[in-house]
Amino acid sequence: MNAAAPVGSFCLDRVTWDRLVEHARSDHPYEVCGLLGLRPDGGFEHYLVPNAERSMTYYVMEPRALLRAMREIEDHGYGLAIYHSHTHTDAYPSQTDIQLAAYPDATYLIVTLQDWDRPDIRAFTIVDGEVREKLVVVRDRPVHAPDPVA
Amino acid sequence: MPVVRIPTVLRKHTDGAAKIEVSGSDVGEVLRGLVAAHPGLSEQLFDGDKVRGFINVYVEDEDIRYLDGLASPVGDDAEIALMPAVAGGAG
Repeated sequence: MNAAAPVGSFCLDRVTWDRLVEHARSDHPYEVCGLLGLRPDGGFEHYLVPNAERSMTYYVMEPRALLRAMREIEDHGYGLAIYHSHTHTDAYPSQTDIQLAAYPDATYLIVTLQDWDRPDIRAFTIVDGEVREKLVVVRDRPVHAPDPVA
Repeated sequence: MPVVRIPTVLRKHTDGAAKIEVSGSDVGEVLRGLVAAHPGLSEQLFDGDKVRGFINVYVEDEDIRYLDGLASPVGDDAEIALMPAVAGGAG
């Protein structure tokens, strides 16, 4: 099921790409998670959300931090990307990811540290159990990348 | 009257409304009033009499799992927020 060609693309700047990988590495071997607010100018607001489970194979965004971050994203009218890390598997939605995906309009980003020295980030939409990959395009120049909100 | 904040992802069940006033003195009463007015939300929020496990419900930003659940009291100017959980993992 990894074979389907990507449909559409998702543009990340290098700074944000690096921050997602840095976040994933920061609590290895546990999975980390967070949200990105996609601003109209192409920049990102980055919200680190604690993994309430602190597990190597599972994440649940801590409910209060989730509410705070999601409220800011909604109040600003930003687009939504939801990310988490896979520490020992590839960057493809697991059955758990698919079953629990409740945000059909969001882009789901998965950071893999399966190969520590060659991290990767892939992007997907998950709608009614159907996974579609978006090609991640990394641009070098950030629009404006404020520090992540913890 | 308490106000329920509806997240974007659930607004297709409320004709786009982001905030809805519903009377009630506890969370259960307010949510039952909400789904009576917007039946499309019922299946999203409830599994029988219980709130679905992957729906977070907050009173004044506090998760009702840490309060009294559906019996948590709400004041007349309380804000109740709903938010589908974000969860997953390598499994």
